[in-house]
Amino acid sequence: MALRTSPKLDASKLRADFPIFEQQIHSKPLAYLDSAATAQKPRQVLEALRTFYETSYANVHRGVYELSERATAGYEGARQKLAVFVNAPSEREVIFTRNATEGLNLVAYAWGLVNLGPGDLVVVTELEHHSNFVPWQYIAKRTGAGFRMIPLDEQGELDLGELDVVARDGNVKVLACNLVSNSLGTINPVERISAWAHEQGAIMVVDAAQAAPHKAIDVQALGCDFLAFSSHKMCGPTSVGVLWGRRELLEAMEPFNLGGHMIRAVRFEETTWGEVPAKFEAGTQPIAEAVGFGAAADYLSAIGLDAVEQHEHELAAYALDRLAELAGVTVYGPPADRRAGIVSFNVEGIHPHDVAQVLDLEGVAIRAGHHCCQPLMQKLGVAATNRASFYLYTLPDEIDRLIAGLHKARKVFG
Amino acid sequence: MSDFYREVILDHYKNPRGHGAIESPDATAEGLNPLCGDEVSISVALGADGETIDEIKFEGRGCAISQAATSMLTEMVKGRSATEVATLPKEELLEEIGIPLTPIRLKCALLGLGVLKVALHRAKGTPLPEEWAGLANELEIS
Repeated sequence: MALRTSPKLDASKLRADFPIFEQQIHSKPLAYLDSAATAQKPRQVLEALRTFYETSYANVHRGVYELSERATAGYEGARQKLAVFVNAPSEREVIFTRNATEGLNLVAYAWGLVNLGPGDLVVVTELEHHSNFVPWQYIAKRTGAGFRMIPLDEQGELDLGELDVVARDGNVKVLACNLVSNSLGTINPVERISAWAHEQGAIMVVDAAQAAPHKAIDVQALGCDFLAFSSHKMCGPTSVGVLWGRRELLEAMEPFNLGGHMIRAVRFEETTWGEVPAKFEAGTQPIAEAVGFGAAADYLSAIGLDAVEQHEHELAAYALDRLAELAGVTVYGPPADRRAGIVSFNVEGIHPHDVAQVLDLEGVAIRAGHHCCQPLMQKLGVAATNRASFYLYTLPDEIDRLIAGLHKARKVFG
Repeated sequence: MSDFYREVILDHYKNPRGHGAIESPDATAEGLNPLCGDEVSISVALGADGETIDEIKFEGRGCAISQAATSMLTEMVKGRSATEVATLPKEELLEEIGIPLTPIRLKCALLGLGVLKVALHRAKGTPLPEEWAGLANELEIS
């Protein structure tokens, strides 16, 4: 079946921006189908990093000299870009973190420890990545709050009918949910869930690690209170991410990491905190990485997130069609028209590690494991699945090579 | 492909040696890698001297490396002394498997050996070096 990709995104042309695709793996061209784990980097981002280090690098905010001003402009400029990227009301609500995981921990500790207690409920979903599950489980335990989980239905989508059921158990104070599932590609109706959370008097905490790189994000439209995402999944460098949060919540919150820059005045008797976002950015931040992150946001915005989303949607539909040709393949999650560019599947009789190994020998990179979603795996009744995930640089040919690789695995283990 | 999935590995995977369980064994243990679901359980019968591994059987399911490695292991240790096997270096098994393994696949390969060492340690008090005790924890061997 021929696949016509959207005329708005030319994946072949964009692919040429990514130096890593020039190499061969085991003497075969690289088919990288693991963008859900991390995205590859375009020259534009690599050059922004290099140029910054070569021309404008110094520590930020403190210096009086020219280089420091240049560095600060680069760093704060990146913050501004990311605020626009998620349509934040103010760039002061954008906090640089190490990654989405750290952002979610920040909310759990700095908001949760003070605001949760016995009689309160912390609600997560069965689809959560461990990073939006474990911190909440831990903070609930620490504070004596209850911990509840919204289950999946047969299609791999959230059973929203359970929300009201869960709410009978106590005062819902936190609802933590991902926008796109990294395992099943399920897209969650966050606007609807946010509205429900606010009716309960709860905060809505969104893990957008898998969504921000692949679809347009508007924190105001989503109606959430906190939203976390990572640079490395959206073509930016590792070691930097963003936590967006509502200004009034951030201002009322306790700090998380303490030390330099996040203070106003330090005395032996008492120390006072700085303004948001400084309050949550202790110590020297990943300055150059933030600049690279901003460059990644520029790169994606120029392509258009809607075009990226459409491209991946078509690839997911194609992948599901081709996988359906193979006997003994189970695909998990919602139908093609309701999922992002992620496909988890199992091959009967062949362990995911062996599937992934055979594919590797054919130059195809997929992920095999629990994808940091052990509760989900338990629901599916498996220890691990294979996962193929797509991005702006993925071509239909790579999915063809995945299928060919699965045939090969059948031959080796059949 | 045949550089990794060598004939011998596929053979052991499809036709595992020593498959099954011993009735009234002298030593048993089982292990599970929670990250990927590889499972192995081993039972051992010792000879009249209480030392020689007379018979060894395993059951399990999982990836080709974990199952094939355990199958190869049973052939390797049959007839050897429990004390010797308790201190069998992992390199000996890895050499037998004969392919380079990344850290993830290494755990698959060593699951069976870890289970065997724990079985012997529990039954006879043979030494369980820290390296293996740590692995036993990670791989939920009991």
